[in-house]
Amino acid sequence: MDRVNGELTAWIRQGLTASVRGFWIGVLFYVCGVVLLVLSIISISFLALFGAGLFLVPLIMVPVRALANERRKLAGQWSGVEIPAPYKPRPPMAPFGLVGAWQRCRWLLGDPATWRDLLWLLCSPLTLALGILPAAVVGYGIEGILVMPTVLQFVDGYHYGPGWLIDIPLEGIAAIPQGMLVLALGLAIAPALLRLHDRFTKQLLGPTRQAALDQRVRVLTRTRAETVDAQAAELRRIERDLHDGAQARLVALGMSLGLAEDLVTRDPIAAQKLLAEARDASERALSELRDLVRGIHPPVLAERGLDGAVRALALTLPIPVEVDVELGGRPQAPVESAAYFAIAEALANVVKHSHATRAWVLVRHDGRGLGMTVSDDGVGGADPAGGTGLRGMERRLAAFDGTVVVSSPPGGPTVVTMELPCELSSPKTLPSSGTG
Amino acid sequence: MRVVIAEDLALLRDGLIRLLDAYDFEVVEAVDNGPSLLPALLRHRPDVAVVDVRLPPTFTDEGLQAAIAAREQVPGLPVLVLSQHVEQLYARELLSDRTGGVGYLLKDRVSHVSQFVDAVKRVAAGGTALDPEVVGQLLARRSAEEPLKALTPREREVLGLMAEGRSNNAIASRLFVTDKAVGKHINNIFTKLGLPPSDDDNRRVLAVLAYLNG
Repeated sequence: MDRVNGELTAWIRQGLTASVRGFWIGVLFYVCGVVLLVLSIISISFLALFGAGLFLVPLIMVPVRALANERRKLAGQWSGVEIPAPYKPRPPMAPFGLVGAWQRCRWLLGDPATWRDLLWLLCSPLTLALGILPAAVVGYGIEGILVMPTVLQFVDGYHYGPGWLIDIPLEGIAAIPQGMLVLALGLAIAPALLRLHDRFTKQLLGPTRQAALDQRVRVLTRTRAETVDAQAAELRRIERDLHDGAQARLVALGMSLGLAEDLVTRDPIAAQKLLAEARDASERALSELRDLVRGIHPPVLAERGLDGAVRALALTLPIPVEVDVELGGRPQAPVESAAYFAIAEALANVVKHSHATRAWVLVRHDGRGLGMTVSDDGVGGADPAGGTGLRGMERRLAAFDGTVVVSSPPGGPTVVTMELPCELSSPKTLPSSGTG
Repeated sequence: MRVVIAEDLALLRDGLIRLLDAYDFEVVEAVDNGPSLLPALLRHRPDVAVVDVRLPPTFTDEGLQAAIAAREQVPGLPVLVLSQHVEQLYARELLSDRTGGVGYLLKDRVSHVSQFVDAVKRVAAGGTALDPEVVGQLLARRSAEEPLKALTPREREVLGLMAEGRSNNAIASRLFVTDKAVGKHINNIFTKLGLPPSDDDNRRVLAVLAYLNG
């Protein structure tokens, strides 16, 4: 019984909320929409007539876009209908003057999304109608329930329901069940109508297929450029490390060996010393190469995959790290490497900044991609915009359409959540990766 | 002493054979891939095996896996594992059965020939030979924790050398002190870490490693 009651209450609350929200959307966007539509039409006609529109159009488009963005936000928040903004990015433009105004107008009016915004403003009456319809039905239902004790006291010849003229109190009582039916109808249609409204809005305010593709191309172009830059910088670093490190040491080694060869019969003791030096040089060269290799592609990652590599990494950190990796196979090597370095970067941040005493790494594959979480019990307050480490993680993952979200309130805890779309290969086929 | 070698690079394999020959080891078989290692170990039951971690055909950690599998079938079979890089993770896996007769060294260490031969002999005798880099990581990770913080710098040095698997004698000559002084340090270390004292070198080393890995 309680359960039925609870469900009924939830249903009523849901219907009421939806009708209030619909009403709010209808009125707000109708009023603002009509005003902005008029202003837009005036400014655009001024453009044709006097040229003064050059300055007016960009000015008016600011609130138009703000209003449209508010509508997109509400659709996402209230109905879960995500409407991404479809606008073209702002090109470089002169800040002031006639040139700047001209460039702004060209950018704004050249974007189909602007015209679709205006079309949406033109549909404001429909917005109003769709918005207030459920609220009106609900209101009419409430009126029917209350007609007997209230309205009837003051008004004669009152109508309720289909052509129902109420003359006597008994007829007033008969209006109550009608009112309840109408109220129920209003509550039932309110959420559905709100969703329908948002879907309809999405048709106008959401990106067209063309705009979505344009946006995708822009993202791909940017991430590709970043990836290429990062790789070039990485190669330069490796070249420099090899040049100043292992290569130089091997030259020194060759010299020591050559000298020792000369001295071995004349001065065996000096030769022995040189040979010991040569061995030291070879050890240092090897150690530098090892560090370099670890930075390029950790051997343990090739040998054990993400699970083993993260475990091996965790063992070298100064705080205990709980590693929980459950994968049914291995991702492609480049993806695996990006995932590893992103986790390594996150753990490095934990050690460097968080003052944490423990950390946790959780990695799962949900059928579409890797979900990776690195959390700690530290002081929090990590700024996603500030750290170069976070920027590096973002760049690594963005190359594969991956994302990073950081939650780090002051006082902690910090939780870094990373997602990386990929498929897993079957666990038996391990990729080969050079000899050891 | 009979040795089985597993190393895929011909240059290194021949070098190892020559080196071990020069120190009177008998190399009974040298394999160059993972799948033939386990049968070779079980067939020859060598006094010690020297195994590269990464072997064909997958070039992952087949050598290590074969060594661990062999030790499951022949408990305590002495194995010295060599690698271009060392991981605490692998050291843990090798040491997990706590029977000793295990070595895990960087390939670089082969160039210190006498020390390397020493390590092979130590492993063959049931001792351990753990690379200083692994021991360094182990100590660095735990050095801020309570019992380890209480050690004097010299005691920590002794602990490190002991974790590498060196005998009292070797530690004494390395630190230029007497055997007796080393014994005293070791007693202090065991008291501070709360480990039961033992006269047996190998058992003592295993206790220290178990403590550091815990």
